[in-house]
Amino acid sequence: MLVAIDWHVIWLRLFHPDGTFARALWATVYISVVAQTLGVLLGLFAALARMSRIWPLRALSGVYVLVFRGTPLLVQIFYLYFAFSWPTLHIGFTVSDAAVAAIVALSINEGAYMREIIRAGIDSIDKGQMEAARSLGMRYALAIRRIVLPQAARVIVPPLGNEFNNMMKTTSLAYTIGVYELFADAEQGYSRTFIADYFIAVAFWYLVLTTVWTFVQAMIERRLAASERGDVIGFRERLVAAWNPVTAWARGAR
Amino acid sequence: MSDVVMSAEDVRKSFGKLEVLKGVTLDVHKGETVCIIGASGSGKTTFIRCINHLEKIDGGRITVNGHLIGYRQRNGRLVEDSEKNIARQRTEIGMVFQRFNLFPHMTVLENVVEAPIRVLGLPHDQAVFRAEELLERVGLSDKRYTYPGKLSGGQQQRVAIARALAMRPALMLFDEPTSALDPEVTGEVLSVMEELAHEGTTMIVVTHEMGFARKAADRIVMMDDGGIIEEGTPEHFFTAPEQERTKQFLSKIL
Repeated sequence: MLVAIDWHVIWLRLFHPDGTFARALWATVYISVVAQTLGVLLGLFAALARMSRIWPLRALSGVYVLVFRGTPLLVQIFYLYFAFSWPTLHIGFTVSDAAVAAIVALSINEGAYMREIIRAGIDSIDKGQMEAARSLGMRYALAIRRIVLPQAARVIVPPLGNEFNNMMKTTSLAYTIGVYELFADAEQGYSRTFIADYFIAVAFWYLVLTTVWTFVQAMIERRLAASERGDVIGFRERLVAAWNPVTAWARGAR
Repeated sequence: MSDVVMSAEDVRKSFGKLEVLKGVTLDVHKGETVCIIGASGSGKTTFIRCINHLEKIDGGRITVNGHLIGYRQRNGRLVEDSEKNIARQRTEIGMVFQRFNLFPHMTVLENVVEAPIRVLGLPHDQAVFRAEELLERVGLSDKRYTYPGKLSGGQQQRVAIARALAMRPALMLFDEPTSALDPEVTGEVLSVMEELAHEGTTMIVVTHEMGFARKAADRIVMMDDGGIIEEGTPEHFFTAPEQERTKQFLSKIL
């Protein structure tokens, strides 16, 4: 079968976006940013709980990761959306109840993955750092905040960047509960016209988002590297590394 | 005696089945420099780590400036103290580690002012003033905006000494401060320590540097197999050691 690409449709979707498209793009962006941010916070709390002296906290953290990493995200999204009633938010723009549910589900799921990343980051810091902090009279929380986490950030940021890259693409699952985001927009275009090239156009848009992010991530990593130990890795070197699929896989991309 | 800064009574410590300290008793007076020598595995490092409660003790008691360290008396029994109290007790005890443990994400100046500002609540300018004075004393004023990674081992250790002194501790602990250094830079660290000793800083120094012990120590303590086997002035040690074990050790190391 011959595959004819309808360049006109792709051209229109890429360079003449309409109002509903802009809304869809914005939904993808804010859902990913908010869900990732909340996911990092949840992951941080879960990581600290995991290292706590109080065993119920450790157990809770373990069960959390077991459940949310061990079951499909789609199941989590459906359950959370249909089992609870979510508010529709008006904060300058409208966030539908489905979008709220999607953000909650994505955050909780992401937190489970972030816990492991953050814990690995904290574990990578020499325990002499904590001892030095404590010998100066710092309490545990202060030592974690001022001494351990800033150093761990350097280890955490590269895999965190991969997580966010994944997140932007994973938001397309929100389509299944009726959130109007990038993928939903493409799907509607397709069902109106039966031209599959809407999906190529949307793929390009995801590519644009992830590429922009790659640049931002490279900049963040460069800044973190500069303040420490003096081993500054070149900007281009980092870009190449970020684009290399083998490196990305080795860093633990899903 | 009121001028006793550190007093250890029958301190015991085990790691699992291995008994590392088998009842160590030692008093250190104000202004005194005590060097602890002994073969590796004799328990000397563990002992000074117990003094600021980086290691918990299993028996006996340690007081610094009259405060019981790490424990508190309840109904005639000793229970572990709260994190807050332990942290407060540690502000009176400075510690210098074998591997420096400077904070690599902070400049030299930030390393020194961190604890005075965050723990003692010193105003920023006062902490900086104090830090610059100390950096001057250890001869590193020109490195104040440098990151530790750019410094030599000897310079790093001198910063670590300044960092500990910035808390104005009643007692300084040195855990083999020159063991991780290249031979050509041990001198600069030892001369700073000698100066401190002559200025009347109360110090406990675990060391293999017999030259330093001879010049700076008021008293030398020989540890072997988890206990103190001999104690005396440098003259006593280097001219007429009594114990066979001490003679053997000194003949090997000198």
